[in-house]
Amino acid sequence: MHSIPGRRLIMGLFLVFLLLPIYWLVNMSFKTNSEIVSTMTLWPHTPTLQHYKRIFTDESWYSGYINSLEYVVLNTIISISVALPAAYAFSRYRFLGDKHLFFWLLSNRMAPAAVYALPFFNLYSAIGLFDTPWAVALAHCIFNVPLAVWILEGFVSGVPREIDETAFLDGYSFPRFFIKILVPLIASGIGVAAFFCFMFSWVELLLARTLTSVSAKPIAAIMTRTVSAAGMDWGLLAAAGVLTIIPGALVIWFVRNYIARGFALGRV
Amino acid sequence: MDKTVNQKAWFLVLPVFLVVAFSAVLPLMTVVNYSMQDTFGNNQFFWNGVGWFKELLDPSTDLGGRFLASLGRNLFFSLVILAIEVPLGIVVALSMPREGWTVAACLVILALPLLIPWNVVGTIWQIFGRPDIGLLGYVLNAAGFDYNYVSNDIDAWVTVIVMDVWHWTSLVALLCYAGLKSIPEAYYQAAQIDGASRWAVFKAIQLPKMNRVLLIAVLLRFMDSFMIYTEPFVVTGGGPGNSTTFVSIELVKIALGQFDLGKAAALSLVYNLIILIVCWIFYTVMTNAGVERKVQAASEPAVEPKPSVGLKPVPAFKPKEGVA
Repeated sequence: MHSIPGRRLIMGLFLVFLLLPIYWLVNMSFKTNSEIVSTMTLWPHTPTLQHYKRIFTDESWYSGYINSLEYVVLNTIISISVALPAAYAFSRYRFLGDKHLFFWLLSNRMAPAAVYALPFFNLYSAIGLFDTPWAVALAHCIFNVPLAVWILEGFVSGVPREIDETAFLDGYSFPRFFIKILVPLIASGIGVAAFFCFMFSWVELLLARTLTSVSAKPIAAIMTRTVSAAGMDWGLLAAAGVLTIIPGALVIWFVRNYIARGFALGRV
Repeated sequence: MDKTVNQKAWFLVLPVFLVVAFSAVLPLMTVVNYSMQDTFGNNQFFWNGVGWFKELLDPSTDLGGRFLASLGRNLFFSLVILAIEVPLGIVVALSMPREGWTVAACLVILALPLLIPWNVVGTIWQIFGRPDIGLLGYVLNAAGFDYNYVSNDIDAWVTVIVMDVWHWTSLVALLCYAGLKSIPEAYYQAAQIDGASRWAVFKAIQLPKMNRVLLIAVLLRFMDSFMIYTEPFVVTGGGPGNSTTFVSIELVKIALGQFDLGKAAALSLVYNLIILIVCWIFYTVMTNAGVERKVQAASEPAVEPKPSVGLKPVPAFKPKEGVA
């Protein structure tokens, strides 16, 4: 691959641009509040872990992380398990209305969450799921299931059709073929799809906030509430922010080669 | 090679259909229902026909004025960030190191902003831009600029745009990088023999090879910036005044703030319709690009490593490393 002159400089500057705001957040999370407000320091002069300690000991804080993880994991499991058979069907067969269905799925991935906030509120209140992780997990399906279908379809299409035919000739039943042969073959695809479901559910706030009030409140919503109420506890806010970045930063390494593909809905 | 017709495939699709129908069709019907009615509280509803839609599209009314103003702001915002992010993303993709551990390191750092919860992105920039405690605001003010995104319209806009560039340029860069990686080395060797200039290589080889991923990038960025809610909401709250109130923010204000169900529903439907049209264009262009590629590939049995293509992919084993 051929690059352009001065590429090291451009790349370096861009990476600094990306990292500087994150550094500032991390920096602030280790400062005391008096240091944040009184002086402008490039690194914490009196480093403290008090904000992190508070988050890990105060239940109203750490329960937010647990709530978030709960609906994110639920959502990922639901999305992948319903999307797998559908991805296979879209990749292998032609059936009545397949193209329309595929488009309809895509249109739901693109639908603005703001449109659905109020009807979801009504719907999940009516069926008694309001303020449970299930409500958020199901609501996030609206953009994650289509995404999973699109990504997995790309991976299933990479498996030669001959493999299916050989398996069926060997007497495999469809469910057995699916679990024993297809799933292991597209394991990396499932990993990528799961990662993207996890991620998009993790970063979404509007629906998660609308569909919960007390017992299933996600960390993102707890953060916004504290900003307005607690008289700007900047250090605590920064520490909470840093902790939300960590899950993404940890798993990113495993999918670094597939990131572009996931964001392009499996179409690169 | 062609897909076989099999109506039983519907059974495989059924779970997806049910899940998405439950969370898409049911709520949408509620919206349609609300959009035709008016309510005076107490769960009493009155038939209002297309009244809300008329009001929505008439700039002289309060609702219409707000909707069209936020729509205009949103379109302007989308155009500005596309104009910045697409060229910048291409430049960054071209600046990627060629090999070694730096490639992986750059990929991970590039992807980092994409994985931060959207409200935390807002928080990061809120803190970073504040004149009293933020590095950016402090430096700008120390350098003599009177920068304050809370009170100044232009500063608020600049902050929101820079934030979006920070957040999403990596997406464009990663997609372009994936496109560039699929160009066989032989193309460059041929260009070298022909004595092609750097610019000619870019124009004749790299840009045409990237057009598909660029298309995806542009459309995804357009759609997502058109629906933007959380980040500007956290940073500016739509202010100062209404200067950074985009369509989604306006909609949530009407729906969950004022509980004006009819108005919000009408706005939702029009909003959704716009998205649907853009989405349809996206879909058509994308599937056509897939077909074109297939035809191209069939006519020249090239050595080109084949990324998965459109809706009818060729049944070839993809290398495990896939794209990027």
